[in-house]
Amino acid sequence: MPQSVNPMVEATSIQFKSNVKKALVDEQLQKALGNIKIGFVLNRKIASERLEEFEALRDRARDIKTHTIAHLDAYLEIYQQNVEASGGHVHWAQDDTEAREIILSICQSADAKTVTKGKSMIGEEIAINEHLEENGVEPIETDLGEYIIQLRGEAPSHIIAPACHVSKDQVADAFRETHTDLPEGRSLEEPDELLAEARAMLRDKFINADVGITGANFLIAETGTSVIVTNEGNGDLTQTLPKVHIALASIEKVVPTLEDTTTLLRVLARSATGQEMSSYTTFSTGPRRAADLDGPAEYHVVILDNGRTDLLAGNFSEMLRCIRCGACLNHCPVYNSIGGHAYGWVYPGPMGAVLTPGLMGLDEAADLPQASTLCGKCEEVCPVRIPLPSLLRRWRDQVYARDLGDWQTKWALKWWAVFAKRPALYHFFAGPKMRMLASWAKKQGHLKSIPSLKGWTNSRNFPAPQGKTFQQMWKEQKK
Amino acid sequence: MPNSSLNSGPKVGLFVTCLVDLMRPSIGFAAIKLLEHAGCHISVPESQTCCGQPAYNSGDTKNAKDIARLVVDAFEEFDYVVAPSGSCAGMIKEHYPKLFADDLDMTPRVYNLAQKTHELTSFLIDVMNMQDLDAKLDQKITYHDSCAGLRELGVKTQPRQLLAQVEGAELEEYEGAETCCGFGGTFCVKYSDISDHMVQKSVEALADTDAELVLGGDLGCLMNIQGKLSRLKDEGKATNLKATLKVRHIAEVLAGMADNASIGEPDG
Amino acid sequence: MSARESILNKIGSALDNAGDKTARAATAAARIQTPPKNLIPARARVAPEDQVQMFRDWAEEVSATTDRVETLDDLPAALAGYLSSQNLPSEVKSSDDPILGHVDWAQLPTLTRKTGIAEETDTVGLAVAFAGIAETGTLVLHAAPENPTTLNFLPETHVVVLPRSRVTGDYEATWNRLRNELGTAPSNLPRVVNWITGPSRTGDIEQKIQLGIHGPRRLHIIIVDEA
Repeated sequence: MPQSVNPMVEATSIQFKSNVKKALVDEQLQKALGNIKIGFVLNRKIASERLEEFEALRDRARDIKTHTIAHLDAYLEIYQQNVEASGGHVHWAQDDTEAREIILSICQSADAKTVTKGKSMIGEEIAINEHLEENGVEPIETDLGEYIIQLRGEAPSHIIAPACHVSKDQVADAFRETHTDLPEGRSLEEPDELLAEARAMLRDKFINADVGITGANFLIAETGTSVIVTNEGNGDLTQTLPKVHIALASIEKVVPTLEDTTTLLRVLARSATGQEMSSYTTFSTGPRRAADLDGPAEYHVVILDNGRTDLLAGNFSEMLRCIRCGACLNHCPVYNSIGGHAYGWVYPGPMGAVLTPGLMGLDEAADLPQASTLCGKCEEVCPVRIPLPSLLRRWRDQVYARDLGDWQTKWALKWWAVFAKRPALYHFFAGPKMRMLASWAKKQGHLKSIPSLKGWTNSRNFPAPQGKTFQQMWKEQKK
Repeated sequence: MPNSSLNSGPKVGLFVTCLVDLMRPSIGFAAIKLLEHAGCHISVPESQTCCGQPAYNSGDTKNAKDIARLVVDAFEEFDYVVAPSGSCAGMIKEHYPKLFADDLDMTPRVYNLAQKTHELTSFLIDVMNMQDLDAKLDQKITYHDSCAGLRELGVKTQPRQLLAQVEGAELEEYEGAETCCGFGGTFCVKYSDISDHMVQKSVEALADTDAELVLGGDLGCLMNIQGKLSRLKDEGKATNLKATLKVRHIAEVLAGMADNASIGEPDG
Repeated sequence: MSARESILNKIGSALDNAGDKTARAATAAARIQTPPKNLIPARARVAPEDQVQMFRDWAEEVSATTDRVETLDDLPAALAGYLSSQNLPSEVKSSDDPILGHVDWAQLPTLTRKTGIAEETDTVGLAVAFAGIAETGTLVLHAAPENPTTLNFLPETHVVVLPRSRVTGDYEATWNRLRNELGTAPSNLPRVVNWITGPSRTGDIEQKIQLGIHGPRRLHIIIVDEA
């Protein structure tokens, strides 16, 4: 029995800087982050290069999402009609509280004791597990990564590889601690032994669950279909075996047609893991039909807003194109330095740095859009071409306007601007200042410490200026 | 070529960039030498300071616009504007139009300026088709692509085409060439521990090459990389790095002006 | 106001400056009615026989195994051969697909074949594919009374019979075929359509790929030329 560890994970985005400090010295995390580069990054490159039309498909994928978002209310209504036509139910939730209540009440009417769960970022966002547990329903994560972090009482550190920060020894420890019927001498050293243990443990859970909750990668308006994409097959067992299936989705998951979904699927796995296609892509439409031998008797979809309509209204609609592939995380040098937990909530990396301030408030997450070099790698790999650096800048405009940044930087930039806007003044002061720095450096060619640039000189030398400024020398030369 | 008399080359305004102006004027002079060699007439407007990127990236739109207006005023008269930096050229080319998107008066002016603004190496290749570089360098080199140059402006092959013309220069690519070094303008001070971690990785990747000289097109990145290399050497942690690994802006090498002290190194 | 109305209103007011809701609804309905043509990768636009080979190559790249027989008469032996090669019992839980009804199972008395849903104790699931997509080596199966979905996920070994005529180049061809055979109304879509590309896998432990975490550990595809 996995013990019910209460994985109540408080959002810690507000203490981003101290999270970062911890992450940078966490040796296990640093080692784990190295795996992402050799795994996901290399595989995406191979997969994208061997499909001739990949770049053109990214354009198509972007256009499909842009079109859908521009007609979002219309497609959601068509979607709902078609779900209901196939015997399913659609529930609308404005925020996390409403979503939790809807899900709990479905579970309660099914008299549910245990609920199996496929991977769902919406589930993380609304903290559904905690709510079910508090109300006497046992939620069991079935995606291996999610299961591991549930046992460890943690939040995911990556949107498609939630336990990518955990080592195999830590997985073994988590199993030993929680699988109480594990024989004493049972070896859990090798990944395949861990796999066998997890498979055996979760089999029973699948069979005995009363309700299965999955996420949804797409909702198809044309047919009222929800789509899940997995590699493990856990989502399929989760939604096929129990008598009730609940799919959790947010408003921007809807797409017009099966064909549109197909285009998006052609870029999803390639961007995410570098697979040509994930192992299991499942299109579900309504509950079990009259003559079917298996499948859920009830089919529910919960559609969540939780701040997304504000993003739509507030100049962040491009973010709603996101299909949660994780490519921006995998390729982000900041994410690769600090991992997912430092971001302090369920969505890390560049997409999280744009989404989190929108969903939980900029006051709670002002560091996230600022902690980026705007290097543009995320936009380069995004399958739906979200201009992530531009969106980060849009948040920065608000950070500045609402005075949520640190005062030292703001003060320094203000003074810089005073000079930058007055060329004569600028050149008058720049010359002597640079000569002073150059003379401090003496013959070394660099400075080991500059009080006003401690952030730099704590870990790096500061190359000294050559002496005169270019403008001075140019003037002298022209004489 | 626009607006030039038949027997003379284009009029080019050199956008020196604040870092080159303040820290390393030799890059500016190298750029001028290269541009003149390519047949351009160079002007260096005195009213330039900075492109406004620090303000722009920090959300200070008002100051960013004020500074950008100065740049537009100073440079719109030229046939071309060239900057020895992908980052500053990118600011003018990619971001000025966004900055003034709802300013009807400025829009045509910033689009006009954006169109004729170029990063130095891409200007030399794409516009001037420079094929007769006269420079020598007997060193193994590697190249760091700065993010803005690479991803905003598509500067990738141009510096390499130019380096191929440098007699004796042997280019060995390094694995971190396209990965951000962690400079990021104010980022390197505001989030200095992440920045340091990133540059540490860049430096580790450099240690895997036989290069004796790292070149790049953006002084900010180069100062960051050199500053880390130099500190590691001070701390005795640079054992796997070539003790002689030096850092320079590509313009100095291309102009045959790489005899002075390299970035962060003492004279002589 | 219900949550539904409130959300739709908020979306509406965010979008309204680009046109009214009636116009949006009309555009959406029209796009579903006459959808634009997909960009279909050229990769699978090859002769039918090459599509079969391409299908096998991609499927094998993701650790499926494939076999090919001439007629349905060859199926029992091919199945038995596979099971014994994997040291699996000669016992399958099978779909009741009409195609399998044409097989002379009596020629192989040692094989036990039961139909119905898969249960925990079943080790091998036998199913018939609706299509095989050359583009990525993907099988398409769909739920129906004779094709329970559990067969595809619960047993450790999944054996799928794929008639050669059902191998197509791309996914779009399959959607078209589904609509042609089952009807175009949304409610004609099967309850579940499964795209299956290789056996169950995970990289969740240190990014090392391992097969058979929850779904089948083995996926064996038998292509039948004349079925």
